[in-house]
Amino acid sequence: MYIEKDLVAASATPLVLGILAEGDSYGYAILKRVKDLSGGRIQWTDGMLYPLLHRLERSGYVSASWGSSDTGRRRKHYAITDAGRSALAERRSQWDVVADALDQVWRCAEMPAAPGWS
Amino acid sequence: MDAALETQIGRWRGYVERRRVISTADADEMEDHLRDQISDLSAAGLAADEAFLVAVKRMGSVDDISREFAREHSDRLWKQLVLTSVAADGSGPRPRRELLVVLALAVGGAVALKAGLATLDEGVVARNLGLLVLPFLAAYFAWKRRMSPRGAVALLVPFALAAAVTNGYPFVPSGSTEVIVAIHTPIVLWFVVGLAYVGGEWRSDRRRMDFIRFTGEWVVYLTLLALGGGVLVGLTIGAFDALGTDAEWVVEEWVLPFGAAGAVVVAAWLVEAKQNVVENIAPVLTRVFTPVTIVMLLVLLAALATTGSVVDVDRNLLILMDLILVVVLGLLLYAVSAREPHLPPDLFDRLQLVLVVLALVVDVLMLTAMLTRIAEFGFTPNKVAALGMNLVLLVGLTWSARLLFGFVRGRRGFGSVERWQTRYLPVFGIWAALVVCVLPPLFDFA
Repeated sequence: MYIEKDLVAASATPLVLGILAEGDSYGYAILKRVKDLSGGRIQWTDGMLYPLLHRLERSGYVSASWGSSDTGRRRKHYAITDAGRSALAERRSQWDVVADALDQVWRCAEMPAAPGWS
Repeated sequence: MDAALETQIGRWRGYVERRRVISTADADEMEDHLRDQISDLSAAGLAADEAFLVAVKRMGSVDDISREFAREHSDRLWKQLVLTSVAADGSGPRPRRELLVVLALAVGGAVALKAGLATLDEGVVARNLGLLVLPFLAAYFAWKRRMSPRGAVALLVPFALAAAVTNGYPFVPSGSTEVIVAIHTPIVLWFVVGLAYVGGEWRSDRRRMDFIRFTGEWVVYLTLLALGGGVLVGLTIGAFDALGTDAEWVVEEWVLPFGAAGAVVVAAWLVEAKQNVVENIAPVLTRVFTPVTIVMLLVLLAALATTGSVVDVDRNLLILMDLILVVVLGLLLYAVSAREPHLPPDLFDRLQLVLVVLALVVDVLMLTAMLTRIAEFGFTPNKVAALGMNLVLLVGLTWSARLLFGFVRGRRGFGSVERWQTRYLPVFGIWAALVVCVLPPLFDFA
């Protein structure tokens, strides 16, 4: 399913922060989790995750440390910080407002049924 | 894994690493990702080369990724600004044309300064020093950043205003307001040069940080040029002296003004052209001078404590301490601009916090001394200018200390420290502009 670029970009930060709130992780695992959570429908360009993670690190929302993988490769692990948690909470309340408004719109307006229902 | 796959991965990595905004650590991180993806795909039944192709495709275009990285790591982009500007125009006549433009502007500034020195009174030249040279520097950046004609013309407005104020006000010759204006005008004009430097993008935090970085490097280059020039001039005078000819007047009349004004423009060009060289010096310089400055401030504070009352300290001491505070602020800004923002807080950041706190203590002491002097002797132009600057510094340093403390304790990222410096930067320019415009009429140009 194609999801518009702006929407992907807007949801990326809360998704990543939310996944890190579940526990520390690293790039590839974060992407896999995004795919699992969306049933494979949210597809990111893999490489774009890293500039995003670095931006979050610079903003102090996540902290990073180098460790190694099971096979002994160098691997960068990310963990959410307290600032990240409060940013996540703020994002969440913003998304709640948007989702709530959209929900009402879906119900009130006469919408063509979502594909798959007709 | 088979050898063919290893070569393919190696080739991909080489391709990625050629982008200078992508550091080796970033390439490591992405290679780890690529290998995970390949082994998952292989486990799902793909052949090694197919898995590699799919994984690279999913990783996305290296161009796009490096553009994202560039947006995030402007400090790395800084290293390659020059290279891209050359590459973008083709390696042809442009570098040489730039050299010609730089030389023409340097000569222009030198001629303007020499003409000013030859025709104007000493006090008038002192007030106009920045106005004679800095427009040429601003012109260089307006040309280099390809500012729109409208933007370039807008740059003339502050220069014209400054000229109107410094030459239109009826200063009492050698009065203190004249001296204050002579000191503050170049500061105001330096911010105008900054407007040209950022190519009009003055709202951008990143570009402001680039300008701070540029200012630091420019000072380093100017110092180097001055040292080299000084040695050469000294040797020449000595040689002529030994030959029985007095060459000193040539040096004073011609070499110094031409050299000084030319060096202002040439140093800026060197910073633009040779960023890689100084890139390695900036962190070293800040690391050397931060501890040294801490020691100096401690010694000064101890000396102040032994003299007893702060109230009757010498007026010259107040001026010197203010200069020291300005140097500390410069050091702080330079260190912030040279720091890799991603690294976790280390010993050096703690030292920097110590430096800022010491500077704060000095600042508060100065403010008390100044306020008591004002209460005793009333306001003078000098005291108002110094008091205002100390207050501006107090706010800047207090907040820096707060943010640095949070950073050292791991409560916030270094980004917030950076942002504060770039946001607060214009306050210094505004204060200097206020001093230049408002202070002289307030004190009857005395």
